[in-house]
Amino acid sequence: MCIAVPAKICSINGTNAEIEYCGIKKNIDITLLPDAKKGDYVIVHAGFAIQIIDKDEAAITLDELKDHV
Amino acid sequence: MFDRIIESISKKIEGRRINIMEVCGTHTMAISRYGIRQLLPSGINLISGPGCPVCVTSLNDIDHIIEIIKDYELTVFTFGDLIRVPGTRSSLMLEKSKGKDIRICYSPMDALDFAALNPSRDVMFISIGFETTTPISSVLAKKAKDMDLKNFYIYSSNKLVIPALKTIISDKSINIGAFLLPGHVSAVIGSRPYGFIAKEHGIACVISGFGPKDILDSIDIILNAAFYAKTSEVIIQYRSVVRPEGNETALQYIYDVFEKEDAVWRGLGTIPKSGLTLKEEFISLDAKDRFKVKKIKSIENAACRCGDVLKGIIKPDECRLFSKKCTPNRPLGPCMVSSEGSCAAYFKYERNIAYQVT
Amino acid sequence: MAFNEKTIQMHHGDGGFKTSELIDELILKYLGNDILRDLDDSAVFKSKSDILSYTTDSYVISPIFFPGADIGRLSVCGTVNDLSTSGSVPAYLSLSLILEEGFAIDDLKTILKSIKETSKEAGVKIITGDIKVVPRGLADGIYINTSGIGFIKNGRILSSKNIHEGDLIIINGTIGDHGLAVLSQRKEFDFKTSLKSDCAPLNNMIAEIMAASKGIRSLRDATRGGAATVLIEFSKKSKKTFNIFEEKIPIKEESIGICDFLGLDPLYIANEGKMIIIVSKDDSKTVLDILRANKYGKDSAVIGQVGQDSDGLVLYNTVMGTKRMLDVQYSEQLPRIC
Repeated sequence: MCIAVPAKICSINGTNAEIEYCGIKKNIDITLLPDAKKGDYVIVHAGFAIQIIDKDEAAITLDELKDHV
Repeated sequence: MFDRIIESISKKIEGRRINIMEVCGTHTMAISRYGIRQLLPSGINLISGPGCPVCVTSLNDIDHIIEIIKDYELTVFTFGDLIRVPGTRSSLMLEKSKGKDIRICYSPMDALDFAALNPSRDVMFISIGFETTTPISSVLAKKAKDMDLKNFYIYSSNKLVIPALKTIISDKSINIGAFLLPGHVSAVIGSRPYGFIAKEHGIACVISGFGPKDILDSIDIILNAAFYAKTSEVIIQYRSVVRPEGNETALQYIYDVFEKEDAVWRGLGTIPKSGLTLKEEFISLDAKDRFKVKKIKSIENAACRCGDVLKGIIKPDECRLFSKKCTPNRPLGPCMVSSEGSCAAYFKYERNIAYQVT
Repeated sequence: MAFNEKTIQMHHGDGGFKTSELIDELILKYLGNDILRDLDDSAVFKSKSDILSYTTDSYVISPIFFPGADIGRLSVCGTVNDLSTSGSVPAYLSLSLILEEGFAIDDLKTILKSIKETSKEAGVKIITGDIKVVPRGLADGIYINTSGIGFIKNGRILSSKNIHEGDLIIINGTIGDHGLAVLSQRKEFDFKTSLKSDCAPLNNMIAEIMAASKGIRSLRDATRGGAATVLIEFSKKSKKTFNIFEEKIPIKEESIGICDFLGLDPLYIANEGKMIIIVSKDDSKTVLDILRANKYGKDSAVIGQVGQDSDGLVLYNTVMGTKRMLDVQYSEQLPRIC
């Protein structure tokens, strides 16, 4: 029930962040992740970041999440 | 590439049978899109449960929303998923074609931004979704209140996953051996709320990611949990994203803005304390309170079996309307019209699968 | 004399002095040629062949300017590419403009310049046309209709009837570029991307492969509805099963990104510079080499093979090694959360 993508935070400005996924950059809202930092990878759903991705666990997961088409 | 996992799954099922229910529309789509069922040994029965918030939005909610749109001058923002869902007499798409100002948004923030820029226009955001999406509506509600917006309203039809799971488990006509649990709902609520499933009911559950390897991995883990380790813990396969405690900030947002109420799930009936309504201090944002309409009579199609599909009692092609009277072109029920409904996924990806035999 | 008005007014479409002024001082300045300058009610020209192909298309895209192209370039490419699919050499186009009152002349100039440059690249001439002006609020700025005539050389008509089991299915590059480039510009999505429309006239590239290979069976333009739609249509017309391989389909990483954000399937997203080419297995390497040497075919790839007779079925082999059918799109894809 949850279209979401794993994206990297490139910069933060208050509760907004610029993220990058597959070469696409976009502004999203990080109100729900007050501890998010530049360089973190986050799950983005409907324009909001909803969870920080654990980088150690992520190495395999990110490749597989991109494994479409 | 996946031979090892398939081999492991085949070894573990070894002549047994198990019903595994997934309760996330995105899992439904991924399983159909990648043809996962074709890879699994015959003892494993993958069932799609009520994991699509669009599919379970009640007919009365759809009719109510349309009635509000007809009676009041509004700009309406909705997720794309909802626009084709049939009500008793109309749909959002039909109302849009008649000239109503209905807009599809990717992010609900668009609705808030529009309301702020157009103070003379009443704006209603149709808020659907499970716990992945609900915190976002909460953020909107709080922001609207902070900005003292007088023209922004939320129609709340958000729902909770756990009460639905309890209903499924208590329905003895369905014999669920294990659950493939939703990845992103769990990113928000964590793994702890699912504890009762394994502990009290002995049903194995694994929180799964969305790639084909994630799903196969999760099935492998489920078989281990169900037949060998017999664990009473909820297992997190999607470890990079799901923590036992979830996202506590997001959960607090939900608690601050919404309270539980009984809700009608299309196809499942009323499930106690499974819906969310805006709390008293946010009543000024409540579309249902602001835009009163006359009582609506909602009439379900008597032959529609979406309820049985959502409970996993039948597969989509066991409904006599499937692909005959009910198609994506002329959907009669929500499971066919929602792009990740069980029937739509089955129609698009698995219908005529016999053709694949060469 | 330079055309010095700033916007289109109703009198530009009334057929009188102002219409003539618009045509003489603006349209002909960009598009004038020996036939068009006669400005007769109908264009007269010598036929280069006994067999002609003829097509028409209307362009109502919004926004009219998008990354990589504009409605002007689109209106030439669409018709030129449609003509090319029959194996004909596109030669002459008609151009009808429906302009909204208030449309900026500078925008019209940009579009005319695009039409001129694209026609030159494709080697086609605009030989007849029409202008209408409609009141403010209609035509979304500008609507264009083009129709085109092409000549079949040496009686060689391409047709889906020529397709055989074992033929290979080629696409000349990445899918979804056009639709996603246009979509990405919508304000509500706020995507920063380098994706551009692939809008291009493919007739020269087609002529090269036709000259090099007698094994070109049939071509189809993968526009509205995307690669999937044209594969399904192709399969039905040829009455053959098409086997398509997911891992072979070229797609840009940024296209995957936008589709993942919005929950879209790139197979159904519009292209404007992509052809599905069915070619005999023996000639496939030669054809692929020529395509890849062309700027509009750098990412060409074999994506599948023609199978047995059927009523028309596209079997999609997923990256998992499983098979499913590719079905027609029942309604426009919309961004979703689920």
